[in-house]
Amino acid sequence: MSGQVAGDALAGHAAGVVETATAAERALGLADHLPVLVVLVPFLAAPLVVLLGARRLAWPITFAAAFFSLAAALSLLSGVLGGDAISYHIGGWAPPLGIEYRIDAANAFVMVIVSAIAVAILPYARTSIAAEIPARQHVLFHALFLLALAGLLGVAATGDAFNLFVFLEISSLATYVLVAMGAYRDKRALTTAFNYLLMGTTGATFFVIGIGFLYMSTGTLNMADLAQLIAQQPGNRTIHAGFAFIIVGMGLKVAMYPLHLWLPGAYTYAPSAVSAFLAATATKVAVYVLLRFLFTVFGPQYTFEAAELTWVILPLALLAMFAASFIAIFQVNFKKMLAYSSIAQIGYMLLGIAMLSQTALTGAIVHLFNHAITKATLFMVIGAYVLRAGGAFYRDIEGIGRVMPWTSAAGVIGGLSLIGVPGTAGFVSKWLLVQGALEKGWWWMALLVVASSLLAVVYVWKGIETAYLRAPREDVDRREAPLTMLVPIWIMALSTIWFGLSAEWTVGAAGTAAEALMSGASQLLISGGAGH
Amino acid sequence: MELATLTGLTMAIPLAAAVANPLLRRQNNLRDSLTLLAAIATFATALAILGRTGGEASAPMHALTVMPGLDIAFAIEPLGLMFALIASGLWIVTHIYGVGYMRGNGEKGHARFFAAFSLAIASTMGLAFAANLFTLFLFYELLTLSTFSLVAHKGTAEALKGAKTYLGILMGTSIGLFLVAVVWTYTATGTLDFAPGGILRDRVSASLVPVLLGLYAFGIGKAALMPFHRWLPAAMVAPTPVSALLHAVAVVKAGVFTMLKVGIYIFGTDFLAETGASTWLMWLAAYTIIAASVIAMRQDNLKRRLAYSTVSQLAYITLGMALATSMGVLGGGLHIATHAVGKITLFMAAGSIYVATHRTEISQFDGLGRALPVSFAAFFVGALSIIGLPPLAGSWSKWLLILAAADTGEWVIIGVLMLSSLLNIAYLLSIVGRAFFLPPAEDTPREWSEAGPLVWGPPAFTALLCVVLFFCAGALTDFLAPIAEVAP
Repeated sequence: MSGQVAGDALAGHAAGVVETATAAERALGLADHLPVLVVLVPFLAAPLVVLLGARRLAWPITFAAAFFSLAAALSLLSGVLGGDAISYHIGGWAPPLGIEYRIDAANAFVMVIVSAIAVAILPYARTSIAAEIPARQHVLFHALFLLALAGLLGVAATGDAFNLFVFLEISSLATYVLVAMGAYRDKRALTTAFNYLLMGTTGATFFVIGIGFLYMSTGTLNMADLAQLIAQQPGNRTIHAGFAFIIVGMGLKVAMYPLHLWLPGAYTYAPSAVSAFLAATATKVAVYVLLRFLFTVFGPQYTFEAAELTWVILPLALLAMFAASFIAIFQVNFKKMLAYSSIAQIGYMLLGIAMLSQTALTGAIVHLFNHAITKATLFMVIGAYVLRAGGAFYRDIEGIGRVMPWTSAAGVIGGLSLIGVPGTAGFVSKWLLVQGALEKGWWWMALLVVASSLLAVVYVWKGIETAYLRAPREDVDRREAPLTMLVPIWIMALSTIWFGLSAEWTVGAAGTAAEALMSGASQLLISGGAGH
Repeated sequence: MELATLTGLTMAIPLAAAVANPLLRRQNNLRDSLTLLAAIATFATALAILGRTGGEASAPMHALTVMPGLDIAFAIEPLGLMFALIASGLWIVTHIYGVGYMRGNGEKGHARFFAAFSLAIASTMGLAFAANLFTLFLFYELLTLSTFSLVAHKGTAEALKGAKTYLGILMGTSIGLFLVAVVWTYTATGTLDFAPGGILRDRVSASLVPVLLGLYAFGIGKAALMPFHRWLPAAMVAPTPVSALLHAVAVVKAGVFTMLKVGIYIFGTDFLAETGASTWLMWLAAYTIIAASVIAMRQDNLKRRLAYSTVSQLAYITLGMALATSMGVLGGGLHIATHAVGKITLFMAAGSIYVATHRTEISQFDGLGRALPVSFAAFFVGALSIIGLPPLAGSWSKWLLILAAADTGEWVIIGVLMLSSLLNIAYLLSIVGRAFFLPPAEDTPREWSEAGPLVWGPPAFTALLCVVLFFCAGALTDFLAPIAEVAP
């Protein structure tokens, strides 16, 4: 019933969009508005959840909105897999004056990741949140979740640099509060959230300063337009400064080593469902923004030849892969171990970007997806442990493999994918990265990539040893996780195997995205009018 | 039935057994009988494949495309079929023995144990029938993971330490080196399909061929080439049936089998011989043969001694590949079979001694021969086969390897093989001598006797196989001949 209410409200809004759009661009169906609806539906569902205020309605509305976004994102992706882009003009105002939403394979793929993870995590979150957050906050939780989701989707969808900043802040602000909600279990979540707030805001400020510099030199905020105008003034120092500000700002959001300090705490103390959602989506979207600016706005030529960014990103990526993996080995908290592992895995993505080849970039983009499902699996498993064992420290979960065999088996699958064992999703991305390195003749890089996955063997082994080879504690709740958690966990775990054995779809989509990005700004000329 | 169905069944049946075991946790007899049935059915399926193809190479059977260019596909060829037949045939024997051993010793976690065991067999079957290097790599890793829990089975601190070494070395080499070699091969050639005569000719510059070969030789850690051999003695903490089938047959043979496959179908023996890329590998294998034998002599723990003996014997097969002649490859292939029956006999005899007496150290074996005549007689036959004396199976493969060394004029290698036989005599026959000719120690009870037919029967049976295989070696060589014919 609640779904109905949400649907009506949205239908009303959609009709408004149709009217204005019709005036400018002739008749368009509902399907033509998908680029904006994919963002608007969760965005408008958030206040709806708060206004209705009913705890029973919050979850169904949230789920329906997320599900709609997933369907819309999938439909958008299928439309752009051929290599075209969809250009959507908000309110019918033509870019560069109006805000343009521009969907190509890269951001449609990211939107699919984000919304799919949301849909998979929500059923799980229902049980997990009930245990970790007091009932009076549940409505607020769902509203914030929707805002975070809408923000992340908006970042991906928009083709306007300032609009991107706005959505980035919407999702970040919602995320700070979501992390702080962990305070009901552990008060440290508050300081962590504050820390995250400071770092995230610094990153956002750097980013917006960078945008400001670009605007100063070019007079435009539309990314395709920016790309053209930047290419015309190669020696402009203001643009150089803007470039530096944007890279550092996004570096913070990406948790690029050594700008990662906010991440371990945020992932550790946030409620389990939030950790799972954030780990799978937030940094991935930030990586996407980085990709967008490096390849589309500034163009590969500017980024990698004029600014020689390869030699900035590459060492940082390697540092992340080794230092963060090494730190992960010595953690005693499962969530923190996974958080450091995330930083290392982000290193892989940056590596794929820095290598600047079609294969490696495909590897980086497909790793966005593969790592998202892998980490979601693992954080969901930890959430189930927290529910039953009461904590995520190694000492809490000793011998839990025998107490919760199904949950733990899913955790093992996730761990194997983290290592990159063949037959799991993680293997596919690792294969592409190694192949990319060897194609360039960088054999040392290939060896470094596999060497860092050996560090993953060590920390995954420590987890498995703790869960399986120790005697279970006496005082834990000796029950398997409830089915409402177990089913989403296993859907995720099986999908890591599925996308490890049948990666044609993911690699194909990532390949198209990489191709579009590698061809740089040249392809992204402003088409004007209805782009499709 | 279609060939593809049969091939699929060799993996599906053990897999089904692996699933059924935990479900029948409590019904001991039903569970163990079902697994026995699965073992027999797997062997019968492998036999049916033999009947259908006569060992001739089949076209690849495509199962799944992972990425464009990376397929999971299976194909029948003589070496793989022989490996599958050995592994599934000896699975029947080992399962019977394993039931007797696990019950006789009161080990816990039977369902988990036999489930992991069946999964390991399923992986071995997939590995044996792999049509390309990617499929082989997939099952290679699956085999490591499924056997890992068997090594850690006892759950003691020692077992955990052994399991850590096991996983560390096997995963480390396979991900750190083998994977790089596979991706390199793919990047250079655009394919990973096994093809007679190899796929690397003209694709990799001659100076880099030894490097690539090195990545393979060390990356295939299951072949236990020094210095990556330590996992094998470490794995000896596993219950003896695991050591018998997996660490004398399935896992280690998966390693040398992969080595042969890479040598024959990826590099091509001609290509190796022309470039001389494998000369260094030949010397390393020779070194491993002697060094492992010397270390074996100094081990007092019987299973550790056998493990080092395995390290040494596996290097024979690597040596056969590294000689890069048809005779060498053939000798290596034959040694997979002959060493399998010989070593499984030794391990099962060792387990039989352990079940009856709970003794593991060779110095405690004085005079046990009279109490355990069948176990020690089987041990004696297995030892003679490993040494390579007629009329036992091991003599043929050693003979072929010596011929291959003579062909290539590597006289030192002939010397190495001779010396190794002498060392084998020293460290294997001394055990039998001790048991039969020395007086029993004072603390040895007089009433000790064999543990029961389920435990002593299987080693006696495989000892008999050692003799039978001696007389069937001609047929086996003919069967394997196609793999060598790609060489001149």
